[in-house]
Amino acid sequence: MNGKGVRIEGLRKRYGDGDTAVDALKNVDMLVAPGEVVGLIGPSGSGKSTLLKCLGAVLDPTGGRMTLGDEVIFDDGWKVRDRRALRRDKIGFIFQAPYLIPFLDITDNVALLPMLAGTRNELSRARALELLTALDVQHRALAMPSQLSGGEQQRVAIARGLVNRPPVILADEPTAALDSERAMAVIRILNEMARKYETAVIVVTHDEKIIPTFKRLYHIRDGVTHEEMGEGRNFA
Amino acid sequence: MISLAGRDILHAWGKFVFTGVGLGLLIGVTLIMAGVYRGMVDDGKALLDNSGADLWVVQKDTLGPYAESSSINDDTYRSILAMPGVAQAANVTYLTMQVRKDGTDVRAMVVGIAPGGPGVTPGWPLYLVAGRQITRSHYEAVADVASGFKLGDHIIIRRNHYTVVGLTRRMVSSSGDPMIFIPLKDAQQAQFLKDNDAIWQNRRRTRANPAFDRPGTPGLLDAVIDSQSTNAYVNAVLVTLKPGHAPDEVAEAIQRWKRLTVHTRFQMEDILIGKLIATSARQIAMFLVILAIVSAAIVAFIIYSLTMDKIREIAVLKLIGTRNQTIASMLMQQALALGVIGFVVGKITATFAAPLFPKYVLLMPLDSIVGFLAVLIICVMASIVAIRMALKVDPAEAVGG
Repeated sequence: MNGKGVRIEGLRKRYGDGDTAVDALKNVDMLVAPGEVVGLIGPSGSGKSTLLKCLGAVLDPTGGRMTLGDEVIFDDGWKVRDRRALRRDKIGFIFQAPYLIPFLDITDNVALLPMLAGTRNELSRARALELLTALDVQHRALAMPSQLSGGEQQRVAIARGLVNRPPVILADEPTAALDSERAMAVIRILNEMARKYETAVIVVTHDEKIIPTFKRLYHIRDGVTHEEMGEGRNFA
Repeated sequence: MISLAGRDILHAWGKFVFTGVGLGLLIGVTLIMAGVYRGMVDDGKALLDNSGADLWVVQKDTLGPYAESSSINDDTYRSILAMPGVAQAANVTYLTMQVRKDGTDVRAMVVGIAPGGPGVTPGWPLYLVAGRQITRSHYEAVADVASGFKLGDHIIIRRNHYTVVGLTRRMVSSSGDPMIFIPLKDAQQAQFLKDNDAIWQNRRRTRANPAFDRPGTPGLLDAVIDSQSTNAYVNAVLVTLKPGHAPDEVAEAIQRWKRLTVHTRFQMEDILIGKLIATSARQIAMFLVILAIVSAAIVAFIIYSLTMDKIREIAVLKLIGTRNQTIASMLMQQALALGVIGFVVGKITATFAAPLFPKYVLLMPLDSIVGFLAVLIICVMASIVAIRMALKVDPAEAVGG
């Protein structure tokens, strides 16, 4: 449904030039299949955020190649022209904090993306409700973000990330602010949604609680990724 | 597409409305300031309208009787009446002074009007709101309601007591002081009336002058003293014209043959508005400019603050693919909504506060329209700062690290 997931080959990112140049990403290779959830771990300064920003089309890599779904978005200096539309249609974002729009109710927080893409309001809201139901927060559909618990807000953020059926979801420390039980619930939901919507999910995390749940992990160190097999432990 | 601006306003409507009310009070002050200026101009025009004159004949080479002092003989009007094109000519005196009543006093312009009647003799109040016109030769007065006097009140001008027999409205001087009309002879006396000691000293000086107290001419001293104790001067002669006569031509003839200065209505407006209230008008204009700048700065600051509060949301909106145009539109709509709320509050405030001011405050619909447009323009300009800042927000800020 969503093509070939995410493919990154030889991705490089250099900040600055001359003597002050820093190679944040030296040689990153990643492959995440549709429906798969992989972890991206590494110490501070290893290049996780830079990689996430390159994947999220908010930072230009220096070299390499990136493919989202069936679309090449970067190829050795060439990049897709409308990155705003790319982020809207091809990438779902989930952050450490939910960052819901405080002045929109839960349904419209999720429905905003399809609305921005030009989908009719009614249809956008119907899609939002479908996802909210799948994530078991449909009973708070008309509530404002401030009226929800942290776990509920994070589920709404997941729904927002999924609503445009993107081929990839980038989750930046999605469980950092949650307790163990809620953190595991979020990972379980991400896995379910990834399978259901055939979405490739990359979870950047430091969270020791959830690292054992990944079947595959990418360890990034000094701008280079190393693939590792994870434990793929069942969710509690 | 839903209205992001509308949702944001509804979400924090209390904060938004209170901000709008604060801004509205500032706009209200600005509108009142404009109204004060309009009131001054209107007072000047009311003074000219109420005089009922087409021409003002004054002392040669003066801008009298309102902007400069002017003094001409009180029999001059007879020769002016004989000039071609002149329908009516009447003496008038103006004296701004404190008029007393029961231990308190009111700043007023005392107007001496020649015998005659309203609509016939220039200078008379054309309409009364209560009472009657002056019918006796002395000690009756018609007062503007702004003076606070009532029918039957006894007021004191110099040493004489007057009874208020009529009340009029919007009869004010160019500085907004209410007018009090009294008979011309009383007004002439009031202008030059001295206290008893001064009169006695003056007579003593005259008597001591051998030129006036000649043994061979016994009536000379009395004649000189009599001439010193009477006032045969007025400030101006108000002239109305016969139909079909151009004011400029009649004025030219009077100036040429009577060696006096004559101002037409157009010239008097220029004197009053261009000279008499020009400094005050510039002062108010400065206040208006300062208030407009302060309002713009406050609107800019408010919109900037509201935007700063939403910087994370804006980063998220940009990251998830919201167009810059949508974000700019949201901020501009909020700025305009703030301006509309502010203007409505300001207009209501100005409307209810204007009558409380001691001087006339004239709120003109055109000023309100111009003010409304200015507020909208200021809001748009002010929102540009916030929009520029919002558009500079890097969507990467929403991503950690």
